[in-house]
Amino acid sequence: MVMHIVDRRLNPGSKSLENRQRFLRRAKALVQGAVKKSSQDRDIKDVLEGGEVTIPLDGMDEPRFRREGGTRDMVLPGNKKFVEGDWLQRPNQSGGKGSGAGEGDSEDAFRFVLSREEFVDLFLDDLELPDLAKRKLAETESEGIQRAGYATSGSPANISISRTVSRALARRVALRRPRKDEIEALEAELAECEDETRRRELLTLLEALKAKAKRIPFIDPIDIRYRRFETVPKPVAQAVMFCLMDVSGSMSEHMKDLAKRFYMLLYVFLKRRYKHVEIVFIRHTDRAEEVDEDTFFHGPASGGTLVSSALVAMNDIVRTRFRPADWNIYAAQASDGDNMTSDSGVTGHLLTDKILPVCQFFAYLEVGEAANYTFDMPDSSLWTLYERLRNEGAPLSMRKVSERGEIFPVFQDLFKRRSTSQERV
Amino acid sequence: MGSSGERLFEGADWDFQTLQRIHDACEEVARKELGLDVYPNQIEVITAEQMLDAYSSVGMPLFYKHWSFGKQFAFQEASYRKGLMGLAYEIVINSSPCISYLMEENTATMQTLVIAHAAFGHNHFFKNNYLFKQWTDADGILDYLEFAKGYIAACEDRHGRETVERTLDAAHALMSHGVDRYPGKKTLDLRAEEKRAGERRQHEEAVFNDLWRTVPNTKAKSKATLSAERRRALLGLPQENILYFLEKTAPRLQGWQRELIRIVRHIAQYFYPQGQTKVMNEGTATYVHYRIMSRLHQQGRLTDGNFLEFLQSHTNVVFQPEFDDRRYSGFNPYALGFAMMQDIERIVKNPENEDRDWFPDIAGKGDVEGVLREIWSNYRDESFINQFLSPALIRRFRMFHLHDDPAESQGIKVDAIHDERGYRRVRRELARQYDVGFVDANIEVMDVDLDGDRRLMLRHTTVKGAQLNETDTRRVLQHLADLWSYDVALTEVDGTDKVLKEYVVSPRAAAVAA
Repeated sequence: MVMHIVDRRLNPGSKSLENRQRFLRRAKALVQGAVKKSSQDRDIKDVLEGGEVTIPLDGMDEPRFRREGGTRDMVLPGNKKFVEGDWLQRPNQSGGKGSGAGEGDSEDAFRFVLSREEFVDLFLDDLELPDLAKRKLAETESEGIQRAGYATSGSPANISISRTVSRALARRVALRRPRKDEIEALEAELAECEDETRRRELLTLLEALKAKAKRIPFIDPIDIRYRRFETVPKPVAQAVMFCLMDVSGSMSEHMKDLAKRFYMLLYVFLKRRYKHVEIVFIRHTDRAEEVDEDTFFHGPASGGTLVSSALVAMNDIVRTRFRPADWNIYAAQASDGDNMTSDSGVTGHLLTDKILPVCQFFAYLEVGEAANYTFDMPDSSLWTLYERLRNEGAPLSMRKVSERGEIFPVFQDLFKRRSTSQERV
Repeated sequence: MGSSGERLFEGADWDFQTLQRIHDACEEVARKELGLDVYPNQIEVITAEQMLDAYSSVGMPLFYKHWSFGKQFAFQEASYRKGLMGLAYEIVINSSPCISYLMEENTATMQTLVIAHAAFGHNHFFKNNYLFKQWTDADGILDYLEFAKGYIAACEDRHGRETVERTLDAAHALMSHGVDRYPGKKTLDLRAEEKRAGERRQHEEAVFNDLWRTVPNTKAKSKATLSAERRRALLGLPQENILYFLEKTAPRLQGWQRELIRIVRHIAQYFYPQGQTKVMNEGTATYVHYRIMSRLHQQGRLTDGNFLEFLQSHTNVVFQPEFDDRRYSGFNPYALGFAMMQDIERIVKNPENEDRDWFPDIAGKGDVEGVLREIWSNYRDESFINQFLSPALIRRFRMFHLHDDPAESQGIKVDAIHDERGYRRVRRELARQYDVGFVDANIEVMDVDLDGDRRLMLRHTTVKGAQLNETDTRRVLQHLADLWSYDVALTEVDGTDKVLKEYVVSPRAAAVAA
């Protein structure tokens, strides 16, 4: 009988991919819930790694009519010592082994592995870069120049010597232009030649060759080639994120932790949008300095509070290292809201004139003690200032946070996808 | 046997010529010696990843898209990557030609084993067992699946993915109650089925006229005049195929939804025999591969080394852990099936006196292959065990029967063991475990309240006090109500019609049926 062998190995794989995507779409709410929950207790950097998630089966289950209880009869192999009429102790747990003992019961949670991409996508779904006054910059594409072959016309500066010469060479060979050494050899022969008829022969030959060499130029204008360039829009694929934090004595560990979480979320978010993300940490008391991450969060510092110092520092760094044309600049400031009243004017000016125009996004996060209802407190001096600026039209985002659990919602709120017509908060 | 003695292959490597040689050698033994009758074979070589893919679509090469398969895939992939689960060496499909998937990682010996097992063992069983003959249409299944896939994709385009998904979810929940358990008037012809669906659709499109849609329906016959008896007869009640009932009578389903239900129902029906013949099917395939491999070795076509490699896999496959073993999870169908086939071989060839008493028809008959072929054709697990489980085998497995009555405070009773008094009882109980009529809950559509609120009434007749799990039942009933689009009531009764529990579920607002 005829037997067919089919090699399916080269068939497109992952036939189940679509089913998997359908499943994820369906599980989205659940997975997002699981992710949010874990992001409250876990270090956010771990969240970025993706990995295994466990979601409740609820809603993802496939119910069937299933029976349980009642009298059960079973036949088992491997009897060792029982004889008919023996009584056995029931196992402590109900649902021991036996026919169809609750398969579904033990699986009340469903565990599977998400890829890093899938994870971050679900994690940050529904968020997008804020709709800014400077929106154009957010999608900024700087013009890049790219080689694009050769052209027959162009500026003399762009002549491609090698290409021109090689074309000329090809043309000369094709048209059999006499070579220089060929002519020289004939001339030498002519100089030494005694025989008249031969001389005449040589002379005519030489003349013909010279005439031909003159007719066929060494380099003809049609040989000339120019390097061609095209301008291509090049997306700015890099972003810098400024973390500004007040580290004066009034900031507790709890507050710093809140700020840290917010920064991390912002980092994860930016990382997804930009190829390259740099972070600059600026801490300030009554003077500001750029520090490394560890010092930023854990280094001891004391002193008064001058917010303007941090803004000055940031402005300097932007000027020297991050040209706004090349970088997408994001800034998040965390503070407990204290600021010297005399500083308000300077801060306001710095912010509206220098910082905000170059930033894609500037968020102010006012952190408070846990269980300290910031809502009941009078607004802090910084909050009051920023609120005034915002009301005057400055593109500022601001939120108050006092509990860990609020970080994600606040973050989500700030970056929520919204229609462009809607007013920014 | 012309080519005897010639090695089929050396070492572990193989190519397509090797596969062809292996197949031909197996075929020679299968036909001449075992007298097997098989569908033409098609062997497909696939990768491990493709094997995982196939797993999650119930082993079928093409299947419609649904999230639940993705869920299964995610689950299986996770356990595979963690090393919790190995992959099967092969998947075989009951179709003509009979498709066997071979993993590329298998060694040449394993490919020989798999070809003997799937391409001949399972293949013969599919072609000859009465259940498969009755319930499946091997020639049509692949075309039908292709049609189903296309049809469902088209529905998604036309009616939106979510609506289709809701209908499928609901149909899947009722899948186990979407099979006919008793043979109907005609056998299944899936090719015609596909054609009919096309014609139905064409007809609907051809005669569609928007004018008629707005004409009020003619008044139905006065319902009061229909006696309950007549009504039930008209609706074909009681009906245990719930999906069939919905497809035919659910009042507010649209044509394409009925077609989806029909597809799910046909697929459930296609798999129905497989669930009833696990022990026999695997037993047959294992017995066949064992016979073929042994013969090939005897003929010198397999080296001793190859044969040892085979024996190791074979032993793993037919391993039966004992009940107190941590690995125990019920009877291994390969182990039980293979042991029974070998035992029948023994009874036919060299019966003891005991066997002559128990199996007068086959003991000492001599024609092992003939007797086995006969059995493979005419039994399913339940009847097979009930008839052919011998006392010798009960002793070998040291089987015993436990009776666990929750009302009994003393504990679980050992009701029978492998002794003269117990053989028949052990055998009967084991056979019952494989009885589909007993494994699936007995739920029937009893009536529809056509005079009142169109409530659909179902009844679950409990067996031995086992009631339905409440959470799951509510969910399934919810799906059912969504399809029915009116209330659904389920009553659980015991053997004496005493009502044990009642459920009433109303359709959700965003019901499936519009």
